[in-house]
Amino acid sequence: MKNLIQIIVRFHFTILFLIIELVCFLLIINNNNYHKTVFLNSNNAISGDIYNKVSTFSDYIRLSTINDQLSTENTLLHNLLSENYKLSADSFFFYEDSVFKQQYVYRSAKVINNSINKQRNYITLNKGKNQGIEPEMGVVANNGVVGIVKSVSDNYSTVLSLLNSRLKISAKIKKNNHHGSLYWDGKDYRRARLIEIPSHVDIKVGDTITTSSFSSVFPEGILLGIADKILPSAGGNFREVIVLISNDFNQLSYVDVIGDLLKNERLELEKEVEK
Amino acid sequence: MNFIVKNIIRFIILILLQVTIFNNIQLSGFVNPYLYILFILLLPFETPPWLLLILSFFMGLSIDIFSNTIGIHASACVFIGFLRPFVLNYISVRDNYESDIEQGLYVYGFSWFFKYALILILAHHSFLFIVEVFSFNNFGDTLIRIVLSSIFTLVLVITSQFIISKK
Repeated sequence: MKNLIQIIVRFHFTILFLIIELVCFLLIINNNNYHKTVFLNSNNAISGDIYNKVSTFSDYIRLSTINDQLSTENTLLHNLLSENYKLSADSFFFYEDSVFKQQYVYRSAKVINNSINKQRNYITLNKGKNQGIEPEMGVVANNGVVGIVKSVSDNYSTVLSLLNSRLKISAKIKKNNHHGSLYWDGKDYRRARLIEIPSHVDIKVGDTITTSSFSSVFPEGILLGIADKILPSAGGNFREVIVLISNDFNQLSYVDVIGDLLKNERLELEKEVEK
Repeated sequence: MNFIVKNIIRFIILILLQVTIFNNIQLSGFVNPYLYILFILLLPFETPPWLLLILSFFMGLSIDIFSNTIGIHASACVFIGFLRPFVLNYISVRDNYESDIEQGLYVYGFSWFFKYALILILAHHSFLFIVEVFSFNNFGDTLIRIVLSSIFTLVLVITSQFIISKK
């Protein structure tokens, strides 16, 4: 202790200098936008790199599960191939197909950081602006909705997870098309709440909940989960449903980011009405 | 005149000169004179080191407040406040420095003052411009700015000493 004080007294000039310089740099970084961005960007580049390395390792461990998933999906897609369908009509003719117009584009991405234990969970993906990812795009995995892209950098993007109390997704009951909103109450990472379901609507445990066509982010009919428990309506007009989320967020590794090609058109039209 | 009062007046005048006149001189974006560090150069020899650092900090911070660059000038000023004792040692005259006199141009001669001012101005400007750019990209440009601005400031500092000492 005595030595420590002696050292401080002896080098008080240098120590004071270092302290004041530290204060100066804190001031610089906090008060000057340019310096702040340079500082934060280099920070993000480092942390993004570290997350990337960690995820390459954990991916390797999860390889067998992913193989299983992919092969099931492969079989599913094989079944959809046109060669599997026999032509039943006697005659046919060619026409230019203008009935269908592509609306959604899927881009595959890898989850490099994910959490499920916070109130507001975010996911980091390994693709960003350079790969065509933009904010407000929907993110889905094999088993259904994952979240919505919040912000993008050049090569990474952060996703507002479904397990984030800030996110509300427009949902519907698949069998009768009644709409409601789905949100996560921050308790169990496997269960979310579906609200704004009118009391008279027929809903049973085990009913499928999917995304609705109201959302400008997700295509209609993407799986959200199944009804797990129907809470009795407490005299009100609406009741709540506890939904078992179909995705296991703890094992998320590959996701698809959905870009809506017609989104701007839709939003502009809707904006015009609001004027 | 009491040297404390004298320094306070110098502090205020230099800030006013810097923010009203010299901050507006930006020849082709490369030459920005910073005369205000004259305050740190001319502080008395016997100023205690800790006070030197604190005064430098407030000098820089005052300029920062006016030019909206919180912390940049302050850090550069504290840097030369830190260097000043070492520079004084390095270019010391034969005897120890006498107390109660200020290091003006004619106390220890032109060449002494020139060396002293040159080292500190170069140090200040290098620190300032590098922190301002905050990266080592285009270091050539930064270097040109440091050298040109240093020359300009040095000329101003020495001229100001001539004007004052003529009185």
